[in-house]
Amino acid sequence: MVDALVRSLTCPQCGATLTVRAGDHTVTVVCSHCNSILDAKDPSLKVLQRFAAKQLVPQYIPLGARGRWRGTMWEVIGFQVRTIRVQGIDYSWGEYLLFNPYEGFRYLTQYNGHWNDVIVLKTVPKVYKARATGAKPQAVVLGETFQHFQTATATTTQVVGEFPWTVRVGDKVDVSDYVDPPRILSSESTAGETTWSMGEYVTGDRIWQAYELPGSPPDPIGVYANQPAPYPGSLGRVWQAFAAFLGVLLLAAVWRFGLSPHAVVYEHVYQYVPPATPPSDSEAAAAALVTDTFTLNGRTSALELTTETNLDNSWAYFAFALINDSTGTTYDFGREVAYYDGRDVDGYWSEGSTRDRVLIPSVPSGRYYVRVQPEGPPGGTFRAFTYRLRLRRDVPWGMAYLLAFVLLAVPPAFVLLRSMTFEHTRWQESDYSDTGDDE
Amino acid sequence: MTRPQATCPNCGARVEFRWSSAVQTVCPFCHSILVRHDVDLERVGTVADLAPSSSPIQLGTGGRYHQRAFEVVGRIIYEWEQGGWNEWHVVFNDSTSGWLSDAQAEYAVSCLAADSLARPAEANAALGRHFTWQGKDYQVTTVTHARYRGVEGDLPFEYWDKAEVVFVDLKSDDGGCATLDYSEETPLLFLGEFVEFRDLALTNLRQFDGW
Repeated sequence: MVDALVRSLTCPQCGATLTVRAGDHTVTVVCSHCNSILDAKDPSLKVLQRFAAKQLVPQYIPLGARGRWRGTMWEVIGFQVRTIRVQGIDYSWGEYLLFNPYEGFRYLTQYNGHWNDVIVLKTVPKVYKARATGAKPQAVVLGETFQHFQTATATTTQVVGEFPWTVRVGDKVDVSDYVDPPRILSSESTAGETTWSMGEYVTGDRIWQAYELPGSPPDPIGVYANQPAPYPGSLGRVWQAFAAFLGVLLLAAVWRFGLSPHAVVYEHVYQYVPPATPPSDSEAAAAALVTDTFTLNGRTSALELTTETNLDNSWAYFAFALINDSTGTTYDFGREVAYYDGRDVDGYWSEGSTRDRVLIPSVPSGRYYVRVQPEGPPGGTFRAFTYRLRLRRDVPWGMAYLLAFVLLAVPPAFVLLRSMTFEHTRWQESDYSDTGDDE
Repeated sequence: MTRPQATCPNCGARVEFRWSSAVQTVCPFCHSILVRHDVDLERVGTVADLAPSSSPIQLGTGGRYHQRAFEVVGRIIYEWEQGGWNEWHVVFNDSTSGWLSDAQAEYAVSCLAADSLARPAEANAALGRHFTWQGKDYQVTTVTHARYRGVEGDLPFEYWDKAEVVFVDLKSDDGGCATLDYSEETPLLFLGEFVEFRDLALTNLRQFDGW
């Protein structure tokens, strides 16, 4: 035998035809033509309340829509809007009442494009008061700990469809929300009786899919109380990856700086005798010399040029050019070496160094020579000095490691920042926002 | 299992008990409430026409609870201001009996507790109060003033002609539930737990049009 759950009623107020979908579970039914709340248990459908219709929150899923949700077909039979007022501002959300004749009732809530799948809990969570200043009260249920988010008085502001309880526009309940994303634990208290429910954050896409709704769901605005962070559980993983890469980088650095051979490809000692008077440009150019050609093997890598002088209380300037013998590619660079020392009332002092070291990064293999044009204070043999040029191939370029470190640190820093911003935004909507003046 | 049979003293119809230990049953034809005295049946009243119920459960529904098969043999129907609910009397395959309550498709299985368990006076069983039975802590979550609406089938005790009944419902923090029924001199205590519809593996359910 097949029994009927659906029945048609006539609104005693306006004569419109109403559909009741949940059989005698339904206690109140709303006529959406004349906005009357009717007593579904009363054979004459007594009008319990009439209210003014206003659309505070759009109703996205129509009454009577059925969707397969978590393995069960659920029919939308009621929709109510509830509103809380925080610091003079009203916040409204929509609640869809879902019905299945065998499995009972379930809810979908929607606020600013954020959806929650909600069931009434059959266990009583334990609530713990805040243990320290700055800490939040907690609620624990079935081994899961939730942080208090907000407590407010919710007022029913709009009703459509049918409900298995007596519903009135203007009904007030005290609502406390506790969060452990992606779940939210809520208590609703009225006249000493408390009902607990558990919600889980779901995307609008899944609702649209289940109920085959046209178009696409509204984009969520802001961060919702129990919205999961955009990188679920990834903060730890990102840092783990960072640590792993850092380890590899350190090993590479140890190998390159300490263990890999740095072959000397050219070494020679030269003497420079400056002219007695400041040279003209052509005289200075005439003092230039070129080294023998030398071969750089292997992959493109850095070349280190060390200049060791016997300068004492003097300076020298070297205009260098590293020239590829076959292609003519030239790397021009200038280095200054200066060393001064002496004694004064404070004792011995010195400034500068007789030595200079420079790294030319990324030099391809090939045959090269160096053109050197030294210059120093004029003074003839009195100011003459010797200098030793030493070229070493495959010298690790420390800057590259620093750069690699900085680049490696970017993703975890980004994720950390995103996560902190996200959590900050989440709690801005709670009783614990840093702009709150309710302390 | 052979089912005891008797004749309705009111209409003469054959009355078959679904449970051999039943104390009370209802004649399915004339709706007389019949109480067993040894082999005789005494007619103690009549059940008014039952309001159509939207429970998916009916007499004869079978199921399973903690590996024990059961059959629904009777029920008590209550009403309160926010609707109604059914207390289905179930008999397990070891002949013990229990209750499957269906309050707007929220299901719980419970059994009558031993007489030795202490039960609070009605005035003490206020909202939020805690009580401990068999080592488990329960908290009063609802106090319901219900109207007895009617009975059907076999019951383990005489239960008829009730007016208003006060129920105190309690919950534990692990899915356990307790109910105190203050309709008797000594309040009845039921201990049990909430169950998921799917876990009961119910058979012979009602079929609903379109579902």
